[in-house]
Amino acid sequence: MSLTRRELIEKATKFILLTPAAAAALEALDSGSIDTMPDKYKQAEHWWAMTIDVEKCIGCGACVQACAKENQVPDGHYRTWVERYVIDGYGDEQPEVDSPDGGMHGFPDKNRPGAKTFFVPKLCNHCATSPCVQVCPVGATFESPDGVVLVDESYCLGCRYCVQACPYGCRYIHPEKQTVDKCTLCYHRITKGLTTACCEVCPTQARVLADLKNPNDPVHEFLRNNAVQVLKPHMATHSKVYYRNLDGAVR
Amino acid sequence: MQSLIHGVQGFMYPNEVELQWSVLIVLYPFITGLVAGAFILASLERVFKVQAVKPTYRLALLTALAFLLVAPLPLQLHLGHPERSFEMYLTPHTSSAMAMFGFVYLWYLLVVLLLEIWLDYRADIVRLASSTRGWRRWVYRALTLGSSNVSERALRIDERAGYIITLIGIPSAFLLHGYVGFIFGSVKANPWWSTPMMPIVFLFSAMVSGIAVVMLLYMALVKLRGVRIDVPCVDTIAKYLFYTFLIDFSLEMVDLLHRIYEADESFKTLDFMVQTRLYASQVVLQILLGTCLPLALLAVTQIFRLREGARIALYWIAGSLTLIGIFAMRWNVVIGGQLFSKSFLGYTTYKLDFITREGLVPAILLTLLPFAILWVLVKLLPPWLADEVKA
Repeated sequence: MSLTRRELIEKATKFILLTPAAAAALEALDSGSIDTMPDKYKQAEHWWAMTIDVEKCIGCGACVQACAKENQVPDGHYRTWVERYVIDGYGDEQPEVDSPDGGMHGFPDKNRPGAKTFFVPKLCNHCATSPCVQVCPVGATFESPDGVVLVDESYCLGCRYCVQACPYGCRYIHPEKQTVDKCTLCYHRITKGLTTACCEVCPTQARVLADLKNPNDPVHEFLRNNAVQVLKPHMATHSKVYYRNLDGAVR
Repeated sequence: MQSLIHGVQGFMYPNEVELQWSVLIVLYPFITGLVAGAFILASLERVFKVQAVKPTYRLALLTALAFLLVAPLPLQLHLGHPERSFEMYLTPHTSSAMAMFGFVYLWYLLVVLLLEIWLDYRADIVRLASSTRGWRRWVYRALTLGSSNVSERALRIDERAGYIITLIGIPSAFLLHGYVGFIFGSVKANPWWSTPMMPIVFLFSAMVSGIAVVMLLYMALVKLRGVRIDVPCVDTIAKYLFYTFLIDFSLEMVDLLHRIYEADESFKTLDFMVQTRLYASQVVLQILLGTCLPLALLAVTQIFRLREGARIALYWIAGSLTLIGIFAMRWNVVIGGQLFSKSFLGYTTYKLDFITREGLVPAILLTLLPFAILWVLVKLLPPWLADEVKA
């Protein structure tokens, strides 16, 4: 095949111009980022939250595993984890708490007759007044209009101020990216009408994704009919993870 | 990660096991404190007309500059993406204490310190630009910034401008280090840090460390040059060191008493930490060796009539202990604030690396670097130039 000079220039220009654009488009599609949000998804119409029923959690760790798989969470770090509380008595005694591997593989038996035992799943509380967002020096971490606290990893300095500012221990530094990482409430899923990975696999529906702006969401009934609590309410972060049957000993 | 988990006692949130802020972040408030303290000592002469400390005026300014130039380096080295740090200036997040610190730093460096030093040395620089030869001549010529007018009127203007800049400089120095305190004091999630006392305690401890370092540097330079020490000068500095230290210690004790008396939900956890993991660095190093002992030694020099040599020896010991004590204080704030779980149910351990990016070796190099910079500055702009010309 012979090419004229004109054809060669045309082909070369197309190749140079189109390849990066195609690569960028493909990458955006793969990552399920905000740019690929389905057209029908309107951020202003949602206000995401989660409800957790402590009584229903059996500590199986399926949520931790699903989250790790779905979000490629690095080993030894957790976007969600489950804590086991064992409380012998009240008064001065501290509760005994463990979370081996974040509860990912369940919990070893602990036979303590007479003690109160329960599991508490934890994740980013997607606070409406987030201390982590407040302290970020460049605004790399932000609250999305639909109420999810997200991190722009292409902008994060890795200064770790937000890790210090989070009262709940939900943030960590991604060992490879050297930027902060945390629960995104599976933003790539919920904007497509799916639920989060952790809620999807929970066998007892202890954790349920909630949209506070949707009048038909069962969350409204949940909040109306139960005594609910958020973690560390005195921090006034306006956390949006609502717990039912949360013991006062939980921090 | 496994080795870190071995250092855990009780329960930490799983992401808390790893400490986020290392020894480099200990150095940052330590170095910034020396800057603010040295500048405030310099302003004593300029604004408050304490003539006795005049021999240290220029040295204090150069010390402040040497340490200020190094202050951002530990931060920079600690960042996951140092190449993005300039974004703090381009797209600052105005609600972030850390972002605003960048501007306080630049203001202090460019508007206060560099200008004041330049104005103070300008006549000397102009003189040196014509009296030296070779590359030094070119350096001094560049430093004149094209301004070679040393008429009496011009010098009067320099003096006036320098005075005004020092006036602005004092609140700026307060701001610089008070702000560092605010970066920690405003973290409500951390009860070890979160107290409105933090900026004030940081400020006074900064003054203490800055005064101590200039006193030690002055005494060392006098020894190195083999000239006679100006005893009333060091006596005065020691007196200021003593009183500032007393205020600083009182403030820290007020904070401690409040914590003990209030005994809020974090108290048991923090108290246990101070009794165990922080005992050596907090109780022994910071309070006993780094505060009570130098205060006692300085008190001796104030109360008793000691011989000159004995006084100077005590100043050496007290000054060095003071610096160790203030460094320990920074350590206990930064590292101590990360040793306990925000669940108040457990403790982790800080393992200081040796030669990694945030290890002991870079920390030592960063501590020595300001002294190397100061050496160059002193060679280039000897603080005693004015005296020599007069002599």
